[in-house]
Amino acid sequence: MSLWSRHKIFETNSIILIIGVLFVIAIGGLVEIVPLFYLKSTIEKVDGVRPYTPLELAGRNIYVREGCYNCHSQMVRPLRDEVERYGHYSLAAESMYDRPFQWGSKRTGPDLARVGNKYSDDWHRDHLNDPRAVVPGSIMPSYPWLEAKELDARGVADDMKVQAILGAPYSPEMIARAETDVRIQSNADDPNVADLTKRYPNAQARNFDNNPRKVTEADALIAYLQMLGTQVDFKLYDNKANVR
Amino acid sequence: MAHENHEQVDALTGIATTGHSWDDIQELNNPLPRWWLWSFYATIVWAVVYCVFYPAWPLVSSYTKGMFGWQSREAIVQDLDTLKAQRAGMTAQLAQNSLEHIRQNPDLFAFARAQGKASFGDNCAPCHGAGGGGAKGYPNLNDDDWLWGGSLDEVEQTVRFGARSTSDNGHQGSMPAFGRDGMLHREEISHVADFVRSLSGLPTETSAHLAEGGKVFADNCAGCHGDKGQGNKELGAPNLSDKIWLFGSSKSVIMEGLTNGRGGVMPAWHGRLDDTTIKALTLYVHSLSGNQHP
Repeated sequence: MSLWSRHKIFETNSIILIIGVLFVIAIGGLVEIVPLFYLKSTIEKVDGVRPYTPLELAGRNIYVREGCYNCHSQMVRPLRDEVERYGHYSLAAESMYDRPFQWGSKRTGPDLARVGNKYSDDWHRDHLNDPRAVVPGSIMPSYPWLEAKELDARGVADDMKVQAILGAPYSPEMIARAETDVRIQSNADDPNVADLTKRYPNAQARNFDNNPRKVTEADALIAYLQMLGTQVDFKLYDNKANVR
Repeated sequence: MAHENHEQVDALTGIATTGHSWDDIQELNNPLPRWWLWSFYATIVWAVVYCVFYPAWPLVSSYTKGMFGWQSREAIVQDLDTLKAQRAGMTAQLAQNSLEHIRQNPDLFAFARAQGKASFGDNCAPCHGAGGGGAKGYPNLNDDDWLWGGSLDEVEQTVRFGARSTSDNGHQGSMPAFGRDGMLHREEISHVADFVRSLSGLPTETSAHLAEGGKVFADNCAGCHGDKGQGNKELGAPNLSDKIWLFGSSKSVIMEGLTNGRGGVMPAWHGRLDDTTIKALTLYVHSLSGNQHP
């Protein structure tokens, strides 16, 4: 029996064909995916990347809930025009605590990987409320409920527990303090802000939506947006050291 | 469906069949088109060539780097270096010369404005509008009314360090929340709002207590906004005697500001943008307005 006629076994038996297809795809996956877990050059060595604060994490969940990733990427590609427009290209290390990652694959709106500290909190609030109020030609939907709705922070601690299982370095203390930390970060005058920044270096604590009466979903989302892409200090980052 | 090993020939066309038959419909065993087959072989050859020259296969501790040694992260550095080299002549002149000197040199000024305009579109337009027209709470840059001063140096200072920004060198000072923090009663706020409207000749209600409002103004507001509400650029206190309003001139908007305070944030661009880009932006923004000199 020639080699070609052996192939007939696959052509005439669908179960064997399916097993064969799965086997071949598994080899592809093994070669493409598995090395990413052990090759050292996959994730750059950087200083400053920390896990999200509870408020930022809550904001990130709102970002996912509202489907922001459908129109906004978080990935500045190493191309000249993108670096000119958005700033330094994104590093893998910058999204190492992103589960699930928010790189996105479509830009109806601009990339948000470096939006942190680019605009004021007021602008973000006005813009989320009614994008046309500040950008007349915008086709982004309005999200007026974010500013009105109080943040439900009860789930944040559970979320942190899951993130810790997946590898984010949340200590039991951080998880226990989750709800308190949400309140601390949304008030610049809170006496425990220094304590918060000890747990989460460079966390920005203030009232993000200009409404000190309650912690809203807008507070969380703006806190998240204002830290995006700000953790690595690119004045100190050595591009060459990470070209490997 | 029948499986038969011996070759069958379709009687009508004279072409061999695959031997498969579905409801007596048989499948002709035509060869693949030559062009398709050769394209397929070409892709296999291309894959091998690609693996030889470009990064391709992961290994145990590294990966095959390919004979060209190409890396996207080196390529971008080279791309940016080429760009820098292309702009080097003009950029060096922007860096060396003073803002005023650049403004008076037509070639340099045109270059700076072009670069400034591109950067403005990327960074400033979301708040200040594509043409610098501003929006409620975000200053119009086309007029000659400047919160923090409109000379070249003052504009540069504001672009570089911002206002109420994360930078320690940024402009400080904001409108206190007189109502929320209990410094003024609601009636006093109403009186002084009427008085503020009267400063720029806006009509006030006939029942307005302008005299009381004037007294509240002198006690609480004149320190920053000036006796006649002419404003103070050191503190970013707006001129209240002109017709330009950042948030609006209606009594309710003025009362809202008095009650909750105001303090729009201009981000600091130092660090995010390089020095020559900030210079170019300054010249562009300055050229939008009525040009206060120097």
